[in-house]
Amino acid sequence: MASKSIRIRANLKGDVTEVKALMSHPMETGLRKDKKTGEKIPAHFIKEVTAEHKGKSVMVAHWGVAVSKNPYLSFKFKGAAAGDAIKVSWVDNKGESDSEETTVK
Amino acid sequence: MKRRTFLKGTIATSMVGVAVSAGMLSPRAVLAAWPESSFAAKKIEDALNALHGTSAHSESGDIKIKAPDIAENGAVVPITVSAGGNAEAITVLVKENPQPLCCNFELASNAEAFVSTRIKMGKTSDVVAVVKSGGKLMSSAKTVKVTIGGCGG
Repeated sequence: MASKSIRIRANLKGDVTEVKALMSHPMETGLRKDKKTGEKIPAHFIKEVTAEHKGKSVMVAHWGVAVSKNPYLSFKFKGAAAGDAIKVSWVDNKGESDSEETTVK
Repeated sequence: MKRRTFLKGTIATSMVGVAVSAGMLSPRAVLAAWPESSFAAKKIEDALNALHGTSAHSESGDIKIKAPDIAENGAVVPITVSAGGNAEAITVLVKENPQPLCCNFELASNAEAFVSTRIKMGKTSDVVAVVKSGGKLMSSAKTVKVTIGGCGG
């Protein structure tokens, strides 16, 4: 997968950090057909997304094909300080993966 | 002495072997954690059973689902699920989709019971959010009307 497939932002509000992530991925369901050839487009989707704060997992998402193309994800957690590292990574059903890091603002 | 060195050698090699196979296996273990049977399930109850070990869930007014009443494009339906306090897991299911289970979020103890994402909906359906907290499942549902389906076909 092309690098920089994830864009993340982590903002601290009070004691809660909101992490927003936007990934670029086709998220093919395996049900769609190619309009020209009539053949089924094989499924290609993100299966697992993990988010880590200072190396400790705060959220693990298991996704099916029903998550939209170029998935958006947002979640909140407590206990982070400005400048902490946040890492988001994904693995898809073809074994491709990517990860991206940012710092809490 | 010779025998001892030999033994030491074998132990060392086997240790390396274990380490290598553990390293080789870890990506597979990650994939195995993906609950395939619950994603393959055709009914909400089956999906919840496979995922949480139970399908017993009670309706709760504490769970808020933010989703449009009418979604013009079923391929992209923004949805936000939130509940007060903490949750172990938040599961989003679409009743009328071929495979109802859409996504499952496992949350650490310091995470808020809040997730937001975008999902696909085949047709007008109830969106069911199940929040697991203290080993119990609580749910809430919201009907979203879909004018153009987003599951291909």
